[in-house]
Amino acid sequence: MANERPKADVVIVGLGWAGSVMAEELTRAGLNVVAIERGAWRDTSTDFPPAVDPDELRWHTRRELLQPMSVETTTFRNKTGQTAAPVRNWNAFQFGWNVGGAGTHWAGMSWRFLPWDFEVATQTAERYGEARLDSLMAEGLQLQDWGVTYEEMAPYYDRFERIAGTSGKAGNLNGERIKGGNVFEGPRERDYPTPELKDTNWMRMYRETTEGMGYNPFTIPAGNISQSYVNPLGVTMGPCTYCGFCDFHGCGNFSKSSPQACILPALMRRPNFTVLTETEVLHAVKHEDGKTVKGVQFVTRDGEEGFQPADVVCITAYQMDNVRLMLLSGIGEQYDPTTMKGTIGRNYSYQTCSSVTGFFSGAKMNPFIGGGALGVQIDDYNGDNFDHADLDFIGGAGIMGYSTNGRPIANMNGIRPGNKRWGSEWKEAYARDYQEVANIFCQGTSMPTRDAYLSLDPTYKDRHGQPLLRLTFDWNRNDKSMIDFATEKAIEIMKEAGGEDLMVDNQAEAAWNPYKQHSSHTIGGLVMGSDPSTSALNPYLQSWDCHNVFSVGASAFPNNGGYNPTLTVGALAVRAARAIHETYINNPGPLVEA
Amino acid sequence: MTSPKSPGMNRRQALFSIGTAAAATGLATTGRAAELHGFPHETAMSADHLPVPAHRGGSFRILTDETDRATLKAAFDRLIPADDQGPSASEAGCLEFLDDQLSRPYGEGAALYLDGPMNREREAAIMGAAQVFATPRDRYAAGLPALEAYAQATDGAAFAALSPDRIDEILTGLEAGEIDLGDDVDGQAFFELMLQNAREGYLADPLYGGNRDMAGWKMIGFPGARYDFRPYIEKRGEELNLTPVSLIPND
Repeated sequence: MANERPKADVVIVGLGWAGSVMAEELTRAGLNVVAIERGAWRDTSTDFPPAVDPDELRWHTRRELLQPMSVETTTFRNKTGQTAAPVRNWNAFQFGWNVGGAGTHWAGMSWRFLPWDFEVATQTAERYGEARLDSLMAEGLQLQDWGVTYEEMAPYYDRFERIAGTSGKAGNLNGERIKGGNVFEGPRERDYPTPELKDTNWMRMYRETTEGMGYNPFTIPAGNISQSYVNPLGVTMGPCTYCGFCDFHGCGNFSKSSPQACILPALMRRPNFTVLTETEVLHAVKHEDGKTVKGVQFVTRDGEEGFQPADVVCITAYQMDNVRLMLLSGIGEQYDPTTMKGTIGRNYSYQTCSSVTGFFSGAKMNPFIGGGALGVQIDDYNGDNFDHADLDFIGGAGIMGYSTNGRPIANMNGIRPGNKRWGSEWKEAYARDYQEVANIFCQGTSMPTRDAYLSLDPTYKDRHGQPLLRLTFDWNRNDKSMIDFATEKAIEIMKEAGGEDLMVDNQAEAAWNPYKQHSSHTIGGLVMGSDPSTSALNPYLQSWDCHNVFSVGASAFPNNGGYNPTLTVGALAVRAARAIHETYINNPGPLVEA
Repeated sequence: MTSPKSPGMNRRQALFSIGTAAAATGLATTGRAAELHGFPHETAMSADHLPVPAHRGGSFRILTDETDRATLKAAFDRLIPADDQGPSASEAGCLEFLDDQLSRPYGEGAALYLDGPMNREREAAIMGAAQVFATPRDRYAAGLPALEAYAQATDGAAFAALSPDRIDEILTGLEAGEIDLGDDVDGQAFFELMLQNAREGYLADPLYGGNRDMAGWKMIGFPGARYDFRPYIEKRGEELNLTPVSLIPND
């Protein structure tokens, strides 16, 4: 084949969090690894130092660190039968566009999922009876366990937290509940690497209010670290300065957990690691027997095609692209919602969220003091932390009072309801309300359904002429009931805190579309599980269809937790990489019998 | 042009001179599509990540038509009028800001997906609002003359010559989707574009030509491009009286 590169032990497709974590594990085990990344090399001092980073227009409004839609977008429709439309402008999906991927521009909320999130089907049946589970399935939910439990995931979570330097306070140390931490979290064997962040004015108000109402507030675990820290790879991070230019931005302080700040300084120095930047993988190429792949076909920035042979292919791109690459490579079978056969594209979920905004006359919130993950949360209504016996839904939401930023363009509509968005009326309102506004966010679970899935679009193409990925999704009845419930709780909290002139934005009240951007946490489509008829990957993130293909990303989640996905992605990456170098390389073949 | 590394040039001067050189930079063309081994030793800023200040001291480059510019100024200065809270949009530099933004990849719609087929009704039905089918530059090129034609047709006068109350009435109608600007211009979407850009210009770093004297930031009490609030986070609820800071160095 023309332009064929020397063979690698492992090729990594997409060098974001998942790819960097896997490359670090695999090169440390002595394997020869080549990573291929569509975006450019970006680093702290050369691309987003403190004199460049605090620029809202460029990084947040124009989103210049994100992959533009002109490079690749998705198409969208609410239900099968509609003709999907392309998502032409900036939207909920925040693809990375550089070495470091979305791990460079993320906000930093660093959650372990609850034990319940990994076993929704089993635990729903156990706690509420088989009939309850059957009835949810009968109305169209497609509940299934992950094939891995929280207990099995805990060591991988711990490893990723150590690499990332996560700040926080334990709420469950080996089963002992600790007030001030998240008492609902699964057991952890040791505390976070760095202590929790400090409270802003609004966080303190939220903490005191929720505590007074009998809830269990805690500081959100953050990839905005609270003090300097040296991680297990020998990389030094600095303390967060609460600068308020975090999500959508890089971090100039080496204090936001990212591949740049945590992994690349060690990984790049390894002689058995290579990265091809500004090079896009088009698809994997299968061997004639179809049971394995021989490598990946790529195209450089200058349009030159090439082939990278490898013994193992790890697909670690953005969630959407992981699914798309499997479909473009012909690995596995496209999910069909009418027959429910096929596993690629199955169990897509978005995230069910709402917000409650309140105003506090005369307050000085000083909202510019912020961090991407800076907030106080209660988990009393998340997951299955509360009794659902008499409720008409399963799942729940983390309810947070947050202080992510006071960026003036992003917040310019944060004015009391009834005020115009322009004219002297807007100026007067914004001058007053900028300091008086506060927000509560409900970040909810999302349950997969039979009718929500990913497939290739028949019409629209990317810049290389390859089909775009098509998303078919709308809210389901269960999740709508859940977020109605959580939103009511958030309204009670806001009123108790003294907030007035409330604005409630419950996006599940009408049909969803990708311009409703309450969450960027898009998941599923290439899910892990122990049953090859309902999952694309086995519990080690290995393809059931081609045993030398592994894929890590939020695409592997069969359902969405009421949390941000990154820590779980990082933990799954550690798990998959260890399965490869501890077992697979010595004995290539399925790690789990189908 | 002076080299950025000339002796005696301060950081402020350097910013504006390198900005001019880098102004043509597009989306992520770093010239580094490469096989990387080992940690890169280059410590210079990536050319395409240098801050690019607004074009200064010259004529308008995109908004070159005088009538268009008068229409835009009239609309912008009702969206953000001069009052006790601060200067108007045009006084704060929002026209220069917009002209400069339209000269950049943003104006060219470089990030947008503009491939066909394009179907106005179907896409709007699925996405809940009118979709973008043209670049911001083209939308202004079509929208401003359409606004002027509307004023001529309804009032027999130039848009810029209308009374503030009448302009407010038209803007209100556009915002509500009640004014038809013809087949080529979605009036409501064009209103949203103008409102977005006017307020961006009023609130973005002065580096980009608007927000003169940081008037927009002073209006709300935003301290700008400061990067360290550790000394202040525990002064909860206090008036901090922080002087705003721009990305343009003081000296």
